[in-house]
Amino acid sequence: MGRMFWTYLWRELRRRARQAVIIAVGLALGVGLVITVTAASAGVQNAQAAVLHSLYGVGTDVTVTQPPPKGASSSISFGFRQEVSKIRSGQLAAGTKIADNELINSQYGTISAGSVAAVARLPQVAVAAGALTLTDFSVTGTVPAIGSGGGTFSSSFTTTEVTVDAVASGNTVVGPLSSGRITAGNPLPAGDPGDNPAADDALADSGYAAANKLHPGSKIDVGGTTFTITGIVSVPQGGNPPDLYIPLARAQAISASKLAGKVNTIYVSAASAASIGAIQQDIERLLPGATVTDSSDLAGQVTGSLTSASTLASNLGTWLSVAVLIVAFGIASLLTMAAVTRRVREFGTLKALGWRSRRIVGQVLGESVAIGVAGAAAGTGLGYLGAGLIGALAPKLSATAGTPPPAGAGSGTATGSGVAASLRQGLDSTATHTVSVPLSAPVAAHMIMLAVALAVGGGLLAGLLGGWRAARLRPAAALTRVA
Amino acid sequence: MQYQLSGVVKNYGPVAALRGVELVVPDGEWLAIQGPTGQGKSTLLQLLGGLDRPTGGRVELDGMDLGRMRESRVAKLRAGSIGFIFQAFNLIPTLSALENVATALVPLGTESGERTSRARQALAQVGLADRERHLPSELSGGQQQRVAIARALVKQPRILLADEPTGNLDEDTRDEILELLERLWRQRWLTLVVVTHDSAVAARAERIVLLRDGMVA
Repeated sequence: MGRMFWTYLWRELRRRARQAVIIAVGLALGVGLVITVTAASAGVQNAQAAVLHSLYGVGTDVTVTQPPPKGASSSISFGFRQEVSKIRSGQLAAGTKIADNELINSQYGTISAGSVAAVARLPQVAVAAGALTLTDFSVTGTVPAIGSGGGTFSSSFTTTEVTVDAVASGNTVVGPLSSGRITAGNPLPAGDPGDNPAADDALADSGYAAANKLHPGSKIDVGGTTFTITGIVSVPQGGNPPDLYIPLARAQAISASKLAGKVNTIYVSAASAASIGAIQQDIERLLPGATVTDSSDLAGQVTGSLTSASTLASNLGTWLSVAVLIVAFGIASLLTMAAVTRRVREFGTLKALGWRSRRIVGQVLGESVAIGVAGAAAGTGLGYLGAGLIGALAPKLSATAGTPPPAGAGSGTATGSGVAASLRQGLDSTATHTVSVPLSAPVAAHMIMLAVALAVGGGLLAGLLGGWRAARLRPAAALTRVA
Repeated sequence: MQYQLSGVVKNYGPVAALRGVELVVPDGEWLAIQGPTGQGKSTLLQLLGGLDRPTGGRVELDGMDLGRMRESRVAKLRAGSIGFIFQAFNLIPTLSALENVATALVPLGTESGERTSRARQALAQVGLADRERHLPSELSGGQQQRVAIARALVKQPRILLADEPTGNLDEDTRDEILELLERLWRQRWLTLVVVTHDSAVAARAERIVLLRDGMVA
């Protein structure tokens, strides 16, 4: 390509500047839309990953739970049911004050520590850890006079539920604490505290701690035992942490649900992503009846505007981008063909001067590619602008795990929930949990390359069509047509 | 370079433009092809220039059959040996006079600097040294045809084919252009074939061939 090529190209683009601008703007719109939609889609995927990580726990590939035994109460503790029985039988007189506090396992069946060890020994399993997701259930109030009015009995008591995750001391690789970060104080001490009441340490979630004015050193009653807050835990934005974390051994010791040597969730980390499916099958053989799930199962149960945005980005956004690109390519091709038709005499003259067809095709291609490059540059700018606008203006997206309970079903009055709890809530389909996540639209380098390739490709396509038309011109016909 | 045409037929679909033309154009001759409009004059010129191929017969240039040569070879022949002048000048509207002349040297692979130098000389020979930066739209009809002549001659061809070269010009300008062509023909010993319906133009030629109903009368 010599000087004549560039001179001719530049002058020709200047001559039909308006047409060139229309083609470039069309390509820019298509490319900008592709970048924006791709960036938004990446942002939605990032948000989904954040939600799943926080719901599931970083590093956890598979979780194992057991369905709760049939007839198990969802929230009312065994102790309080006994109190109610005493009231009804007249053993507790009206006016008696009740303050009941129990740590209960209300949502899932239990799994033995031996099963945890068996899972840990499975091939392809890197780490397996057991944990308990429990509820600290408190009832306070004064016994009303029986028969004084049916509606006053329940209203005489105040119930509070605090979600508590019990984790093996020192384990932050998998499980509830894997996605958390200590923002104040210290983590739970390593080593098994066993039955040692002097080791009643707990971590508080940052949100729960702020709402209840807790800080390292604060005391809190869990299951009738006083724990000392040693640290504050923060989970990533979009997460859904429990209110408190306590050592697993202490929870097994003090729970009213007789949990000695038991857990209700096993968190498993696979040696490789490819082995997750095999691990699931091994666990299902090892623990028949257990619910074995991975993050993709959970992702399938996440609903809400986040899912809608994901669907929108992957379906409507993609097809809209494709449609705009096709229109842009079509316009570019038609205008280029029209330009070639208008330049029949010009190309015929050049052929008469001895210009080879391929040189003329190259000239047409060069002009189209130059327009494509301009479209790519403008489209990249538009894409950044669109992605920036999404980041600045898009509302937070919500993600809901699980499905709403049927009408009339009692779901308790949960005041909080935990990482593992939200997972199980998503799986047992009797409770929902909604988290909100901000939407960003990151523009990656490969998107820019894709944009440039698309625009230049569009220019090439238009140029090839125009060049093909120019190459087919017989000089005599071209000259005759304008004579 | 000598042309020899034998039994040349050219049909455009059902329409016969040439019906068996027999013609010899010796090297260095100025030949005028004259005849009414629509009798095949321009078609014959295009066959001589290799811009089109005959339906039948042979168009030979120094023994080479232009009708059977590969397009790339014909293009090469046009690039080096044949110059064209058109009635409508056919200058590239976006290029200056100098650049228009230089386009004729592009297919020869001439280096950029030499292209400019030779184009400038060609423009000077047709009296347009001071107009080299002007676009065609900034030149008169006569000046545009001079640029076209410079473009045709800058590669120093052996053959110059002109299709109604003065058809768009007034009489004074026509005479100027004819004088210029005659001077260049004499200086360069060109084979000059001019298609015209203008008897004044034809009268300047060494020989006149009358074309009627697609045949040499």
